[in-house]
Amino acid sequence: MTPRGAATALSPPGVLFAVLGLALTTAPVLTLAANRIVTGQGARAWELPGATTGLSGLFAVIAGLLLGLPAAWPRVRLAGAGLGLAGLLWLLTRGASALLEGAGEYARVSPAAGFWCLLVILLMLLADALAQMSPGPRLRAVLLAAGLAALGAVLASGALADLSIAQEYFSRADAFADAALRHLGLAFGSLAAAACIGFPLGIYCARRMRMRDAVLPVLSFLQTIPSLAMFGLMIPVLGWVGDSLPGARALGIAGIGFAPAFLALVLYSLLPVVGNTVAGLAAVPAAALEAARGMGMTPRQRLFRVELPLGLPVLLAGLRIVLVQNIGLAVIAGLIGGGGFGTFVFQGLNQTATDLILLGALPTVLLALVAAIVMDILVDLARPSGRGTPPPPKTPKAEAPA
Amino acid sequence: MNLPRPSRGGALRAALVALLLALVLRPDWFAPVLAPLAPAGGPVIYERVSLLSLSLSHLGLVVLAAGAATLVAVALAVLVTRPSGAPFRPLSRTITNLGQTFPPVAVLALAVPALGFGAGPTLVALFLYGLLPIFENAVTGLTTLPPATIEAARGIGLNRWQRLLRVELPLALPVMLTGIRLSVVIALGTATIGSTVAARTLGEVIIAGLLTNNTAYVVQGGLIVGLFAVLIHDGLVQLEQRLARRMGRVGR
Repeated sequence: MTPRGAATALSPPGVLFAVLGLALTTAPVLTLAANRIVTGQGARAWELPGATTGLSGLFAVIAGLLLGLPAAWPRVRLAGAGLGLAGLLWLLTRGASALLEGAGEYARVSPAAGFWCLLVILLMLLADALAQMSPGPRLRAVLLAAGLAALGAVLASGALADLSIAQEYFSRADAFADAALRHLGLAFGSLAAAACIGFPLGIYCARRMRMRDAVLPVLSFLQTIPSLAMFGLMIPVLGWVGDSLPGARALGIAGIGFAPAFLALVLYSLLPVVGNTVAGLAAVPAAALEAARGMGMTPRQRLFRVELPLGLPVLLAGLRIVLVQNIGLAVIAGLIGGGGFGTFVFQGLNQTATDLILLGALPTVLLALVAAIVMDILVDLARPSGRGTPPPPKTPKAEAPA
Repeated sequence: MNLPRPSRGGALRAALVALLLALVLRPDWFAPVLAPLAPAGGPVIYERVSLLSLSLSHLGLVVLAAGAATLVAVALAVLVTRPSGAPFRPLSRTITNLGQTFPPVAVLALAVPALGFGAGPTLVALFLYGLLPIFENAVTGLTTLPPATIEAARGIGLNRWQRLLRVELPLALPVMLTGIRLSVVIALGTATIGSTVAARTLGEVIIAGLLTNNTAYVVQGGLIVGLFAVLIHDGLVQLEQRLARRMGRVGR
C-alpha cells in the first residue's frame, strides 16, 4: 500500500505525456480525401460530424492522459493508457463512418498526424506504467496475449472497415495472406537455417581460437554489406546455380524471388548466432565445467548437460537479434520479387499511396515487436536463477545491417 | 564485439582506399571486369549520374543525420543520467529497446507519407534510427564511470558542469563512439534504400541494376557502398581504440 501523500506526487514522464497529448488534441485526427491518391482535408476531433462522437472520444483520451499523472499508482496509469487508447479507437471508427457519410463513392478516410502522435504518446504511457510495474516473464506473456487478442477482436469486428487502409486490404486480401506467409517463411526459415549452421559452427569456434579468429571477421564483414546490395548480389549467384546445376530450378532456386532473399537473410543471421554461441559458451563458469569433468562426464555430456543449458540465455538472445532483424530485412525482398510485406511497401511507394505503404509497414512493425517481446520472455525464462526479477544484463549486440 | 579488423593491415587498408577511389573516379577502368555480368550488349558502367556526386550526396546524408542524432542523443543521455532526469530512465530504456525492433525500412516507408519523396524522409529515418544506438551507448558510458573518479572530481572542487564537461563526457567518449559507429554503419546501408523514395544516393545504381537485370550495376553500387562502410567502420574503430587507450580504459 502506498502512503497517502505519495499519491499526490506527479510522475515526470506522465506530466510530459499529458502536456504533449493535450497540445496534440488540437491537431487533425482524421483526413478525408476524395480518392486514394490525393491529399485529404484534415478534421479535428470536434469538427467530426455529430459533435458528441468526437467530444466523447476526445474526453476519454484526455481523461486517460490525466490518469497517467500520479507517480505512485502504476495500475491507474496503465488503466489510463487503456482508456486513452480506447478513446482513440472510438474516434477512429466512429469518426470514419461519420466522415464518409455522403462524401462520395471513392472517398477515403485515413488517420491523420494527430491520431498517430496521440497513439505514440499513449503507447509510451503504457510502456512507462508497465516498466514501473516490472512484470515477470509470465505476466508479460499474459499481457501480450491479452493485447493481441484485443487487437484481433477489433480487426475481426469490422469496426475499422471504413478506413482507407482496410479498403486497400479488402481489394487484395488474398495477396495479403500470401505476403504474410511468405514474410513469415523468410524470417523464420532463415532463422532455422542460420541456427542449423550457426550453432555447430559457434560451438566449434568456441573450442578453437584459430577458427574463431578466422570465422568471426568474415561474418562481421558480411554485415557491413548494405542489404540492398546483398539481395542484389544473391541474384546472379543463385541464377547461375539455377542455370548450371541440374534439378536446382525444380527446387525453386533461381535468380529472382524467394531463394536470393532467403540466402541473403541467412548470411546476415550467421554473425549473431555464431557470435552469441561463442559468447554464451565462454560465459559458462569454469568451476561448473571443472565439476562436470570431475564427475566423469564426457566432452559431449558436458556440452549438452552443462554448457548449453548455462549458455542458453545468451544463445537465445542471439536468436532474438536474428529474428527481429530478419523480419525487418525481409521487407527488402519485396524489391527483388521475393514477396512478403515489402511488396505492398514498394508498390505503395511507387503509387504514392500512403495506405498501401501502411498496409505493408504496419504488419511488419507489429510482427517485429511481438517477436522481440516473445523472445525477451523466452530469454528471461531460460535464465536459471530468479524468474526474470532483475533487469536482463546486456547481451553482446551484433551490428545490424540496414 | 567481433568486428572486422583490417586494423593491422595498413597495406590492405591502402589497397581498399585505392580501389574505392578508382571505382568512384574512374569507373570505366572496371568495364572489362564487370562486362560479363551485364546483359549482352547492355551498358556496363552506370553513367546516368556521376558516381562521385552520388557518393558525395550519400555520405552527406549520412553525416548530416549522424551528426544531428549524436547531438540529440548525447543531450538526452546527459539529461536522463542527471538526478532530475532519473524518472525518465526506465521509459528511455523501454523506448530504446522497442525502437531497435523497429525495422529501418519501415521507418523510411512511414516517413514518406509525412514528408513526401526525396532526401527529407531518408534524412529523418536515418536520424531517428541513428538516435538509439548512440543514446544507449551514451547512457551506458555515463553510468559506468568509476565512482572514485567522480568522487575525486567533486573533491577537487569541480562544479556539476565542470564535472560533466571535463570528466564524465571525456571518459564516456570511447563508449559513445561505439554507438556512433553502429549508427553510421546502419545509416550507410539504410541510405541505400533511400533511393527507393527518390533520395540521391548510391542505392540508385543498385536499384537501376535490379530493375534492368544488370548485375554489373548491382556489383558496382554494392561494392562502393560496402567499401565505404568497411573503411569508415575501420576508421572509427581506430579512433575509438586510440581514445580508449588515452582515457586509460582497456581497449575493447
